[in-house]
Amino acid sequence: MPYDSIVCVKQVPDTANITSEAMKPDGTVNRAALPAIFNPEDLNALETALEVRDRYGGTVTALSMGPPKAADVLRECLYRGVDRAILLTDRRAAASDTLATSYILSQAIRTIGRFDFVFCGRQAIDGDTAQVGPQCAEKLGIPQITYLERLVHVSDHTVRVRRNTGNGWEIVEADLPVLITVMNTANEPRPPAAKRVMRFKRARVEAEVVTAVKKEMSGASPEEIEAEVARRLEELKARGLLIEQWDLDKIGADLSRCGLAGSPTKVFRVQSIVLTKEGYTEIPPTEEGVRQLIHELVIDHTLG
Amino acid sequence: MIEVNRQGEVWVFAEQEDGRLNDVVLELLGKARELGDQLGVSVAAVLPGQKVRDLCSPLIQHGADKVYLVQDDRLGHYQTGPYARVLCELVQKYRPQIVLYGATALGRDLAPRVASAMRAGMTADCTDLEIQDVTDPRTKTLHEKLLLQIRPAFGGNIIATIVNYDQWPQMATVREGVMPLLPPDPSRNGEIVEEKVELDETLLALRLIERHVEPRKVNLKGARVIVAGGGGVGSKADFRLIHDLASAIGGAVGASRAAVDSGYIGKEHQIGQTGTTVRPALYIAAGISGAVQHRAGMEESAKIIAINTDPEAPIFSVAHYGIVGDLKKVIPMMIKALKERR
Repeated sequence: MPYDSIVCVKQVPDTANITSEAMKPDGTVNRAALPAIFNPEDLNALETALEVRDRYGGTVTALSMGPPKAADVLRECLYRGVDRAILLTDRRAAASDTLATSYILSQAIRTIGRFDFVFCGRQAIDGDTAQVGPQCAEKLGIPQITYLERLVHVSDHTVRVRRNTGNGWEIVEADLPVLITVMNTANEPRPPAAKRVMRFKRARVEAEVVTAVKKEMSGASPEEIEAEVARRLEELKARGLLIEQWDLDKIGADLSRCGLAGSPTKVFRVQSIVLTKEGYTEIPPTEEGVRQLIHELVIDHTLG
Repeated sequence: MIEVNRQGEVWVFAEQEDGRLNDVVLELLGKARELGDQLGVSVAAVLPGQKVRDLCSPLIQHGADKVYLVQDDRLGHYQTGPYARVLCELVQKYRPQIVLYGATALGRDLAPRVASAMRAGMTADCTDLEIQDVTDPRTKTLHEKLLLQIRPAFGGNIIATIVNYDQWPQMATVREGVMPLLPPDPSRNGEIVEEKVELDETLLALRLIERHVEPRKVNLKGARVIVAGGGGVGSKADFRLIHDLASAIGGAVGASRAAVDSGYIGKEHQIGQTGTTVRPALYIAAGISGAVQHRAGMEESAKIIAINTDPEAPIFSVAHYGIVGDLKKVIPMMIKALKERR
């Protein structure tokens, strides 16, 4: 029996591998200098969706919310085999917290229509909140299964998974549709397929086409630019290389629930962690130095 | 969402499994007590479960003025739907100003579901909480006595302070082990308020097929002394030195992510943002460079000794004692000095 899946994916700054080039002289991280990557656990979510399709048939739709540049991760999804890719991009969605983000994603998911599964990575490495998955499930009014370690099987519109519980695991079963968040231990995400890379590397969203045309035809009139954009979009569409681009109007979003207005949490202050040297007692690496240190720890009752 | 309610209580979700409270609940009650005293309001624990009445007394002894006890056979084993319903119903009924949850696997499953249903804010993984007056920079409105929700973000490279002006309750999950676990006060009195919550069958969406609980073999959180090794130890064989020092000093063995990824030791020993957060009396970091992710999990330790060949290693920035030298020479000296002491 075939199943239709939607995978939510996010482009994130690579916070895990911060090189010295991304460090400012004052010892703080220059966030703008970090490379943008496919959120690691979203790759595991994508792999789970593709495995379901490999085993049972059906479709996989990738959905991302972000700036036009986030089309990168949707191309990555196309390289790995998704049937459809949608970018939700809208300036009015900027500065959304997890509640507003999950509202927007859930509206997009409703607009896609029928589905059996929504898969999300457990959490994104920029915020590490793990909130958007459960919040989307609540907004969609469907059950959530967090921390998938292994998808045991799907049969007759019922899914059975093994989930991590922090101090062990449990196997649970739920009727579809369901939203599942996936851990990095669940699987080994497949690499891009060379043939699909050749085919989809020219896939674009409309915003990318507009930017490219404006750059290439800098002296042209707005009408000429518009005509060229329309021509290229037609051509991409005919070749199956147009990544769908949606905005908040397309998904019928209530604007009071999006962006800053729809976000109950506000960032009050951000402090960069500064890697500066503070005073510490330097102990020479000698027997005498070490003996003195141990003695000091006994005196101040650190060692009983 | 509920409106701003300055008389609202400070709540702690009392996570329990098989009738045993998670330690983080008691840690949070200590903090909630402090917040409640600052705000001049009561502290309450919300305890859903099956036959969990016995847990009311430790909750009260650790700081709760009240326990909202919700007992139902269908709350015996945790699942999101019925637990979220319990929290939402009680929040709507009593309108607390703050609700805290442990940032455990369970807490991080439950809290966002509640926040979404309430259309309220939720800040994940806080490492500190404070009360302060805040002026909204956009509207210039002064909001008195807001909860500052302080958490690392961006892979631990920044510390963000989050506030929630008016879409209350102010809710947060708090990382395990960051708030001190205060001793119980047996003389404290509290009130038990029994609540019934209607749970319809559609909330019980998950069927439990099998369950496996792994006893925590490594008790990093309870250790007074931790000896942790990093990638600088160099090999699994040399990691023996870390174990030897730990046993000589009577401490637990910890590790950085680099040591775990290199296969020197199991993941259950990992300390840091993706591992366990600890605050022992003494933390010895050997061959650990001190990436922010690691420091986030140990910098609250009372005393930190760093041993590293690289004098520029960031670990020295949080150390109280620094030994610039080869751990393969320094550790045997420490073991010797410890033995001589006895």
